Parts: sequence; structure tokens; C-alpha cells
Amino acid sequence: MTDPDSKTPPADGALVQVRDLRTVLGGKTIFDRLDLDIPRGKITAIMGPSGTGKTTLLRHITGQLKPDAGSIRVDGQDVPTLARGALFDLRERIGFLFQNSALLTDFSVFENVAFPLRQHLKLPESIVRNIVLTKLQAVGLRGAADLMPSELSGGMARRVALARAIVRDPMLILYDEPFVGLDPIALNQVLKLIRTLNDTLGITSILVAHEFAAVARAADLVHLIAGGKLVASGTPDQLSHGESAWTKQFFGGEADGPVPFQYPARDYAADLGFAAASAGAP
Amino acid sequence: MSSVRRPPSMIGDALAQVGACGLFLLQVLAAVPKSLRHFRETVRQIWFTGAMSLVIIMTCGLFVGMVLGLQLYYVLSIFGGTAALGTVVSLSLYRELGPVVTALLFAGRAGTSITAEIGLMRATDQLAAMEMMAVDPLAYVAAPRFLAGIVAMPLLACVFNALGIFGAHLVGVSWLGLDNGTFWSNMTSSVDVWKDVVNGVWKSVAFGAVVSLIAVYQGYTTPPTSEGVAYATTRTVVFSSIVVLALDFVMTAFLM
Repeated sequence: MTDPDSKTPPADGALVQVRDLRTVLGGKTIFDRLDLDIPRGKITAIMGPSGTGKTTLLRHITGQLKPDAGSIRVDGQDVPTLARGALFDLRERIGFLFQNSALLTDFSVFENVAFPLRQHLKLPESIVRNIVLTKLQAVGLRGAADLMPSELSGGMARRVALARAIVRDPMLILYDEPFVGLDPIALNQVLKLIRTLNDTLGITSILVAHEFAAVARAADLVHLIAGGKLVASGTPDQLSHGESAWTKQFFGGEADGPVPFQYPARDYAADLGFAAASAGAP
Repeated sequence: MSSVRRPPSMIGDALAQVGACGLFLLQVLAAVPKSLRHFRETVRQIWFTGAMSLVIIMTCGLFVGMVLGLQLYYVLSIFGGTAALGTVVSLSLYRELGPVVTALLFAGRAGTSITAEIGLMRATDQLAAMEMMAVDPLAYVAAPRFLAGIVAMPLLACVFNALGIFGAHLVGVSWLGLDNGTFWSNMTSSVDVWKDVVNGVWKSVAFGAVVSLIAVYQGYTTPPTSEGVAYATTRTVVFSSIVVLALDFVMTAFLM
């Protein structure tokens, strides 16, 4: 299963290094000795079939979930072994965009974006205001500062969440399915923001998404995960022309292939009760 | 090993819940010093759980007092002892009814809303978002609500007692014609501040801690589904009521 285009980037330039990762959740092996590098200053997309553990990987990187074995180094620190205090210090430098935006529903847009500032820094109100309004301007929602989260559309909520994720100028930002449920206009707005933020602020970005067309326009590098392993990685262009069975199926969108159409199940005939007798008798 | 992980019976299940809740209490207590940084949040919660419960507490206190006045006047009149009405009403309110009924009402009014609020925060990833912003939800969400319960409950119980005595006075003195001076003087001469009033306050403090702990714990550990939140709010009321009544017996036995 060696893919011609599966070249891992040089380890020294990596902000996130995943080595020998093993995770079993509810009896199902999610990662089986996964090795992965996220280079600094680039947008790296993590793609793969549904249920392959992309969101789980993000939760490992941010220390929300401990793996069964292996190491995950973020900026040199081994996340699974960090104490709560050190983990929180690390998280202060990481932005996370939740799939459902996860805005605090009791606070206005302004207060949502100001929340990380108010919690961690004792800044004068005028500076908080300036920082928050700058970030809201960057996502195009300065005019919506006084709205409540319930008054926002899905795309607007995601942009507010994005402003909140970057309000402390993180070194790393993780996007969990940022394009799901967005109309084409909102999708393009979010896409452009991800690209602009990465270029202007020099943030390292990890992007988990299914929409290859969108990913191809934003990402510098794509990692394809399937069956608990890294099966291919390269630029979007390289992968879309990849020759391996994995890349062909995934980027060709074929229904069956190395990723089976059928969820693992017992023998079909036995399940229907036809072959039960014959299966029992030798 | 597997029997430890999966308790085989309802009793085992309940014990596991009590154990988990106890561990959660330790975590919340450990987060209390940090939560004092968010003191405004604690004040907001005291307002929300305490001040917003005043109407129901006052209404119920008034009616409980009026019923007590009516019933006890009738019973006492059999023995010709209606002069003791003030004493009996105030003792039953201070020692038992005030703390217990307030705790039950608090569980229904404030406990359920705490559970539903935290449960929804869990279901909509708000707690996870706080964790990701390096804000400890135990210190920002759990501890302020826990502290608010401890502060609000005794205050609410005092209001309940006051309205209860007022209700009994209304029925006994204004309506049934008991002498006003007898009502008050018998009460003040036989109610002891430490043994009766303060012991009742201690009970309220304990009930406040228990009810808000159960409410916060149920919300915090609820499965992130609509059914999960529904069950969690129900459990808050059921468990709170049982624990309050059981704890009331234990505390009464020790405080007598």
C-alpha cells in the first residue's frame, strides 16, 4: 500500500507530530499506529471516510481525549502526558472551531468574542473593545456585535466562532467540518477567511472537511486517513491524480472499494436465517 | 473486574452514581478558589436561583403557615391550649418545615433549571468550547451554581419561615380571634435562637449544598440528547427530594 504521493513532510518543520497513535473507542479500533505531521504555517486538511476518526484526531491534538498509546507532540509538548494546568496553558495558544460553532448562548456576539480575553487577561475595556471589533471586522460581522447567537444564521454563527477562535492570535487553529450546512456564499466566505487568516497571521491550520472542491482551494497539504492509518498525503492536486486504490475511491467518490459500502456485519445469509442450519452443521 | 465496571443491579448502579457524585463534589470544591475569580457569575447565579425563587417560596410559605395555623388551632383547642399556637407553629417551621419544604421547592424551581441549562450547554458543546478556550467549566459553570445554592437556600428558608409565621398569625389572631400578645410572647419565650433557629439554618445550608450539587452533577453528566436532558431534570427532582428527606432525618437525630 505504498502510495507514490505519500511523502511525509520534514519532521523538523512540523508543529504537530503524531507518532504510533493507537485509539480504541467502544471496542472499535479508530487509529492503528498512525503517524502524521502537520507542518508549521500551512493549512493541512485531514480527509477520510466518515467515522474514520478525523474529529477524534482533533480531540487528541487538543487533549480532550487521551489515546491508548502513542505520542502527540504539539510545539514540542507531549499532549497526553500534560497535567491539566499545562494543558490549559497550551490550549490558550490553540483556536478550535466547533462544527456547531458552540457559541455561548447567554452572551451577545461581542461578549462571545471577548470571552477568552476577559477570562485570561486583565485588559482595559477600551482595548478589549478594539481587539474584539478588529476581529469581528475581519470576519465581516462588526455590525452584528450586539446580536445574540440565536439571531444569527449558521454561516454567521460560524464566522463569529471563527472570530472567537482567533481573538488571542493562536499559533494553531483547528477547524472541525467548517463547511457543513453552509450555502455556497457562506461556504466561500468561510473558505476565504481560513485562507486569509492563515496567510496574514501565519497561523498553522488543521482543516477537517469532506468537501474536496473546497479543500482543494484552501489547503496546502492533504492527509487522507482510512482504516486507522495515513494512506496518502500530498498537495490536493497530487492526491486527486493519485493512483492508489484509496485515493481513487475517495476522490473519485466511488461507492465501493477499499472503504467498503457495507458496515462490518455478520454473514448476510446467516443473519436472514437461511444458512443458519447449514452453517451449524459441518 | 467487569462487575466493578458494570454494576449488576439497581443498587449497584445507585451506589456507583453516589460515588461518582462524591468525586464530582471533590472536583467542584477544588474549583471553588478559581471560581472566586468569576465572582460576578456567582452573584448572578444567586440572583437567578435565589431572588427568582422568591415568589414561589413566599406564596408557599404563606399558605403552609395558614394551614398550620388552622390545623393546630383546631387540635390545640381540644386541649384548651390555643395559647401555644405561636410556639408550635414557629417551632415546626424553624426546625422542620422551613428548611425541608424550601429545599423541595428549590429543587423543583431552581434545581431543574440548573440541570437543564448545564445539560443544554453540554449538548451544544458550550462546555467543550470553554475547555478549548482554557476556561475550566468546573470553575466557571459548576462551582458558581453550587455556591449560589448554599447561599440562597438559608435565605429563602428564612423568608419562608417569616411568611409562614405571618400566615399563622393571620389565621390564628386576625381570623380566629387569638390574643395578639399571647401569640407573640409565648413564641418568643419558648423559641431558642441557637437550638431552634440556627439549627434550622444549618439544615438549610446542607440542603442547599446537596440540592445544587445534584442539579449541577445531573446537568454536567447528562447524555447530550434531548431525552438525556429530560431524564436528567427528572432525576434532579427525584434524587434531591429523597436525599433531602433522608438527610433531614439524619441531621435532626444529630442536632437534637
